[in-house]
Amino acid sequence: MSDITKQSLTELVENIKNKKLSSTDVTKAFIQRSEKSSELNAYITDDFTSALDKAKKFDQNPNLDLKLPGIPMAVKDLFCTKNVKTTAGSKILNNFVPTYESTVTENIWNEGAILLGKLNCDEFAMGSSNETSHFGNVQNPIDKNLVPGGSSGGSASAVAGQLTPITIGTDTGGSIRQPASFTGIVGLKPTYGSCSRYGIVAFASSLDQAGPMAQNVKDCALLQEVISTYDPKDSTSINFKRNHYSKELTKNIKGKKIGIPKEYRVDGMPKEIEDLWQKGIQYVKDCGAKPIDISLPHTSYALPTYYIVAPAEASSNLARYDGVKYGYRAKGENLIDMYEKTRSEGFGAEVQRRIMIGTYVLSSGYYDAYYLKAQKVRKLIKNDFDKAYKKVDAILTPSTPSSAFKIGEKKNDPVSMYLNDIFTVPVNLAGLPGISIPAGHDTKGYPLGLQIIGKAFDEQNILNIAFAMEEKINFKNKITDWWIK
Amino acid sequence: MNKKNTEYLINRKDNQYEVVIGLEVHAQVLSESKLFSSSSTKFGAEPNTQVSLVDAAFPGMLPVINEFCIKQAIKTGIGLNAKINKRSVFDRKNYFYADLPQGYQISQFKDPIVGEGKVILDMPNGQKEVGIERLHLEQDAGKSIHDLDPQNTFVDLNRSGVALMEIVSKPDLRSPDEVNAYIKKLRSIMRYLGTCDGNMQEGSLRADVNVSVRPKGSKEFGTRCEIKNVNSIKFMQMAIEYEANRQVDLIEEGKTIDQETRLFDTKKNETRSMRSKEDAHDYRYFPDPDLLPLEVSEKFIEELKNDIPELPDDKKKRFIEEFKLSPYEANILVSDIDTAKYFEEVVAKMGKNKDIKLAVNWITGELFAVLNSKGLEISQSPVSAKNFAILINLIKNGTISGKIAKTVFELMIDGDKDPQKIVEEKGLKQQSDPKALEALIDKIINGNREKAIEYKQGKEKLFGFFVGQAMKASGGKANPQLINEILKKKL
Repeated sequence: MSDITKQSLTELVENIKNKKLSSTDVTKAFIQRSEKSSELNAYITDDFTSALDKAKKFDQNPNLDLKLPGIPMAVKDLFCTKNVKTTAGSKILNNFVPTYESTVTENIWNEGAILLGKLNCDEFAMGSSNETSHFGNVQNPIDKNLVPGGSSGGSASAVAGQLTPITIGTDTGGSIRQPASFTGIVGLKPTYGSCSRYGIVAFASSLDQAGPMAQNVKDCALLQEVISTYDPKDSTSINFKRNHYSKELTKNIKGKKIGIPKEYRVDGMPKEIEDLWQKGIQYVKDCGAKPIDISLPHTSYALPTYYIVAPAEASSNLARYDGVKYGYRAKGENLIDMYEKTRSEGFGAEVQRRIMIGTYVLSSGYYDAYYLKAQKVRKLIKNDFDKAYKKVDAILTPSTPSSAFKIGEKKNDPVSMYLNDIFTVPVNLAGLPGISIPAGHDTKGYPLGLQIIGKAFDEQNILNIAFAMEEKINFKNKITDWWIK
Repeated sequence: MNKKNTEYLINRKDNQYEVVIGLEVHAQVLSESKLFSSSSTKFGAEPNTQVSLVDAAFPGMLPVINEFCIKQAIKTGIGLNAKINKRSVFDRKNYFYADLPQGYQISQFKDPIVGEGKVILDMPNGQKEVGIERLHLEQDAGKSIHDLDPQNTFVDLNRSGVALMEIVSKPDLRSPDEVNAYIKKLRSIMRYLGTCDGNMQEGSLRADVNVSVRPKGSKEFGTRCEIKNVNSIKFMQMAIEYEANRQVDLIEEGKTIDQETRLFDTKKNETRSMRSKEDAHDYRYFPDPDLLPLEVSEKFIEELKNDIPELPDDKKKRFIEEFKLSPYEANILVSDIDTAKYFEEVVAKMGKNKDIKLAVNWITGELFAVLNSKGLEISQSPVSAKNFAILINLIKNGTISGKIAKTVFELMIDGDKDPQKIVEEKGLKQQSDPKALEALIDKIINGNREKAIEYKQGKEKLFGFFVGQAMKASGGKANPQLINEILKKKL
């Protein structure tokens, strides 16, 4: 079969289960396409040789009861993978090989999947364009010199470019949903506490959450079902009843009340985003659901709140990269000099900027004015959602305020870059699940996404809404394979 | 004792200064594993053999609270008569150091697990109450080793992540002696509870000492200095004495005291400035987002309360009432849990016709002397409580004299022998047969006629001579009381 890489995860699983395809066939196909796609720079580390061995081994004695039988999969390089280099996109970890496996990836391998390699991302997941990676830009398969979004840019590019049938990213302020939107794929940020953070290189602990990125909603639901488990190794993991998301997936969303928050109509938002949103509201109606105008009054404070909370936690989380125990170490005259040189040389500019912001807002004398106040506002933002969910079942917004931009376009304008996360950040602050689905194209033909935000632990509901809308939208990603010679 | 005479004051010309001391005691929680990981806490292991990925702060590693350590902290809080906070929060204390792998210490800053409490000290001039400000849980750091190599510092992370209780006192202590009593009392309470072994040599108990001075009678506190990480009571006392005098000298010279952190140099017996208030670290405390606030239920606390053994203060009270001991005797017996245990076992084994006073005298006398000379703890006593009780009973019922008992005791030490058997085998049983003793005494009087006459003529101190002769003739086994009686009759 020549079109293996065009198949969805669901199709591949079916074909392997029906023995129409072997794991080796599938793994080989994705390796070959990945090898031809080096210009996308989606991978930081490949594990192709080992992947092929594992596929052959799987085929010798295939366990077809597994949910991901022999499915090859590349993952974001923020997940620690045993014996496979894990860099978090940073120079400071460019030689780091974990002796342990993250819970989320462990869950994936336990269901039969095979690691293809580690995907590029913004350094420590700090960025919205994948331009902060120590390992270089990632190209968006949609168009040359277009950013794939970030921080899970490599992941988004790899799924959209069919280098991997599906992947996982992490989302601290939009890092799954924004790149999904920029590349025309589906990305789910689950409820905080749904997927274990154990073994994921931390950015901002109270916001970080792993989630699936897929070609369609059904694939996304299947992977969510695999990765979401209660994990006692993560004290913030929550033991709630998890659905069989893919099995329980339904397009019947008749009568569901969908909130349309007026505060998401921000100044300077391009008309095509507004149009997309209106189209989305129409799709909702077409599915038999009911759009309802709601208010989330503290929305405008979400971005500044996020850019206090996230850097504060990051400044502390990244203190462990000091050159003493593992990772990059610069030579120094003494301990302090070694620290300074290691961290100056090991961290890129954006990471350093956020460490400085975080250190500042936690400093005595500023703590109350920034960090403490931000925590209070965070509570208000959460209260907004709680209030809204008394009236509606889910909320529909655009995923991003624009389509993908050119590489280098916003690199030197951090505030404009941060504004990319304006619709996604409130969801992280409130700990809610949110899904971005491709919903249309802008005038340049670049994809645009719509975001569905759910109640906590209500992933099934937003997956169902996304599933129903997906059919109505009937989105086709325009991929020309421009990067393949 | 007159209270005035025991007051600890520093005298200069016409001025007298009072010393104000507050302690931050770091007590290692007695537990098999660390506060947030399952690594062993055993002392003395090879460097870096008790380190998990969490302890070494590998990427993506997360802390998980060890419930046992929480229980230990709450129990200690109960032992300190303190308020247990049902909600407490773990914070990050951020600073860089090579032996601090995370780049922050997980501690409790604003919301500690234990609030205000108090301990009672028994001082020579009466009881003294010392307020407890709080108790919080925190991780220990690793150990930097600077003296193994001229160029490099080595780091041992075995201690990294071990649970510590920081017990902060109010500034209620007024002398090195009170500090001594306070530390010993804390240690005693925690050893009773089994929450800290109190072993200062192994670093299980150390303290930061806050010292300030003020003119006698003044109500305001002076500027304090903090002496960091002192690991023996003796050094604490020396450091306080030096530091208080240093501060008084500054005041007398008309200078001011800078609030600062100081180190105690045990070799030179002096404190030295480590860093001033201006150079103090900004630790950027904030709630650890990897850990949710810790909430404990009333039931959880109640269950722990039911688990609390009789503590030294209550035990002392009971010993005084039940065994008619003096407060002094009771204090000696209860201050160490193992001594109290030994004593109570001896009492139990002595049976009905027991002489508790005698047992106390023998424990605090002969037994303590042997333990001291052999450098043993009472838990390692070469004489079991059972055999010790038999020995006391042998004295009490007149089988052996106190003097013979000392000989028997010495023989018991080697292999915890049964004193009854020793007495039988060595024929040490006391001679209490009046007829036999009369015959023995007749013989002595006959052999010392001249001395007997002298005695009758009024040289009364010769009585002792006859007692000695009789004891000698009996090989020390004669019942001394009977000898006295018979001699008085015969002479």
